[in-house]
Amino acid sequence: MPELRKTPMLDQLLDGPFPSFVKEIKKGAEKNEACNDLLGQLELSYEEKITHWKHGGIVGVTGYGGGVIGRYSDVPEQFPGLTEFHTMRINQPAGWFYKTDRLRKLLDIWEKRGSGLTNFHGATGDIILLGTHTNELQNVADDLAHEGWDLGGSGSDLRTPSACVGPGRCEWACIDTLDIVDTLTRRYQNELHRPMWPYKFKIKISGCANDGVAAKARADCSIIGTWKDNIQVNRTEVVNYVNGGFDIIGQVVDKCPTKCISYNPVTKSLSIDDNNCVRCHNCINKMPKALRQGKINGATILIGGHAPILQSAFMSWVVVPFMEMKPPYTEISDLLEKIWEWWDENGKMRERTGELIYRLGMRSFLKATGLPAVPQMVLHPRANPFFFWDKEEVNQ
Amino acid sequence: MVKTDFGPPKYLDMMSDLCKRNYGKWKYHEVLDTGTLVHVAENGEKLYTVRSATPRLMHIDTLRAFCDLADKYCNGFFRFTSRHSIEFLLEDESNIEPLKADLHAMGYSPGGVGNTISNMLHTQGWIHCHTPAIDASGIVKAVMDGVFDYYTEAKLPARLRLSLACCLNMCGAVHCSDVAIVGIHRVPPKVLDEKVAKMCEIPNVVAACPTRAIRPEPSKKSVVINDEKCMYCGNCYTMCPAIPIFDPKNDGAAIFVGGKVSDARHPAMFSKLAVPYIPNEPPKWPTVVQTVRMLIDVYAKDAKQGERYGEWINRIGWERFFKVTGLPFTDKHIDDYIFSIPTFRSTATFKW
Repeated sequence: MPELRKTPMLDQLLDGPFPSFVKEIKKGAEKNEACNDLLGQLELSYEEKITHWKHGGIVGVTGYGGGVIGRYSDVPEQFPGLTEFHTMRINQPAGWFYKTDRLRKLLDIWEKRGSGLTNFHGATGDIILLGTHTNELQNVADDLAHEGWDLGGSGSDLRTPSACVGPGRCEWACIDTLDIVDTLTRRYQNELHRPMWPYKFKIKISGCANDGVAAKARADCSIIGTWKDNIQVNRTEVVNYVNGGFDIIGQVVDKCPTKCISYNPVTKSLSIDDNNCVRCHNCINKMPKALRQGKINGATILIGGHAPILQSAFMSWVVVPFMEMKPPYTEISDLLEKIWEWWDENGKMRERTGELIYRLGMRSFLKATGLPAVPQMVLHPRANPFFFWDKEEVNQ
Repeated sequence: MVKTDFGPPKYLDMMSDLCKRNYGKWKYHEVLDTGTLVHVAENGEKLYTVRSATPRLMHIDTLRAFCDLADKYCNGFFRFTSRHSIEFLLEDESNIEPLKADLHAMGYSPGGVGNTISNMLHTQGWIHCHTPAIDASGIVKAVMDGVFDYYTEAKLPARLRLSLACCLNMCGAVHCSDVAIVGIHRVPPKVLDEKVAKMCEIPNVVAACPTRAIRPEPSKKSVVINDEKCMYCGNCYTMCPAIPIFDPKNDGAAIFVGGKVSDARHPAMFSKLAVPYIPNEPPKWPTVVQTVRMLIDVYAKDAKQGERYGEWINRIGWERFFKVTGLPFTDKHIDDYIFSIPTFRSTATFKW
């Protein structure tokens, strides 16, 4: 084993209270030449202020078109350990729950077959295994499969869906986020592992309006838990909050976006005009012991979210105000499959679903999916007179 | 041939009996301190969570050390959050302090719960990505060191989400974070004609440009770029490696503020531009760190209890935001991209 690469710039990131990634790479560098070269290449990037990873390169494992991302150094003569240094995406358990004996097996495989470096987790949600050789890819996949770990998505396919902690450890989950993500992921293995679409498609599932996995911002299909009936009020606990010095007027009444909550300081009682409630969740966030969501639960389905390229950033928008989310989740599957078919038929290369809706219009989308137009879809109706009519809508 | 397409490990196999017993039956939770939560089930059982930020990039030996801690204190169970934090799930309250002590000994400090900065969501940067304009882990390390007190002490008006994307692809909800650092380029890419002819599909390269700055150059089997129209998104480079856009002298970071994904009180919001450009300053990125620190200090001092960053700005107004932060307002802050007109002011009811 050659001696450790000298990294005077990176070494300045070893101190300080936040845990250091440089320390992590150095741990690897002591036993793995590729990690040592990674230190060297990163130091070079710090000197030159430029990345040294080459663009592209198709690698994979038998039977899969996604899950592995080719990565090659553009200075392999300086860092031979990075000549091939591919990423593998591993499908994470729903909610990122782990049992140590299961996880240790994955770590052992990555020690034997890869760099030993990981991301827990990547931005899409997968476990990321960072750096191995082309000739080890199949071995890693085989060994992992033997222990019950499957690859995730990459490229123009269904990206590994993810969900918030949900009913596993949260009282606010209006839907079983973990069961939904697990069911949909298993149902769409083919779409997940074999790129066949115009571009990527992401599904993220949050149990409530707090949107713990940033589904609205990050997913083409955002599934957000909500309820239809009245917020449940525990009057005793309301009094306890107030008696404990909680600023109920400042934190709850004044912050209610629709002013549907009022508090009577004489009777120490809270009343909610649920007809005007938009279920923003602030009051429940602030008084979790006193207020609970309603009992008629389901999800709002939003479509189209993605980051800026090509058509500026979109947050997903409402297409189904309320969907019951009961196993086996046929309703959401039916909708997804209609969307995918329409997008596959009409989308240009690298056009996200939201961009296609933007290009062809919501009218076209609604026709393709059979969804009815409802006021919940818009902030306000259009303010221009330039609307289209279909032939069957006008006198011939 | 081994099996394929079998999906992730079943989440229930990764959960403790207590979690399974109380699945969907949690009643409420409380924040015990900036690193600890307790969730109480309907049957009265309690689950304690100790949360700690990680650097996201971790060696397997660190994960093994986490496994050891989980075996020692949590019956072998833990979880991660969507922001790269680890959460130890404890049934025995008396294990909280010993676990925290062990974490500290490892160099990991519990925090990020309640009105704090939670762990910084980020991307790969120069460690492992082919498109970054800035590093990721290094800036995150420097920034988190610089604002660490806000991570361990609950002294913010509300929670604050810090994020970093190393290029304009913006992995990771950066465009909807309270304070977001985004890697940007400032000069058009270079077209390497011979390589374009060999490596790239011209129609796809042309179509990849949001501003139609690229047109074919058939005589060279390549493309030409209209520099006036290019706004340096790098999408053409993603389509075609023969159009490199990196420039050590001009790449750097922009800072956006006021985004959020939660709908609580106010609907989710996009982050908006605060600082158009800070040059790359490895290894400690002092200007980025100082700017983020200032942006958080001003908010911590001025916002009302319960106001997220964007809600605070909405109340005081953007004109006042630039005044209290001392940041210069420039032509870069006025949108000239796709949806610009609705962002212009059409009322005289502004503040001085």
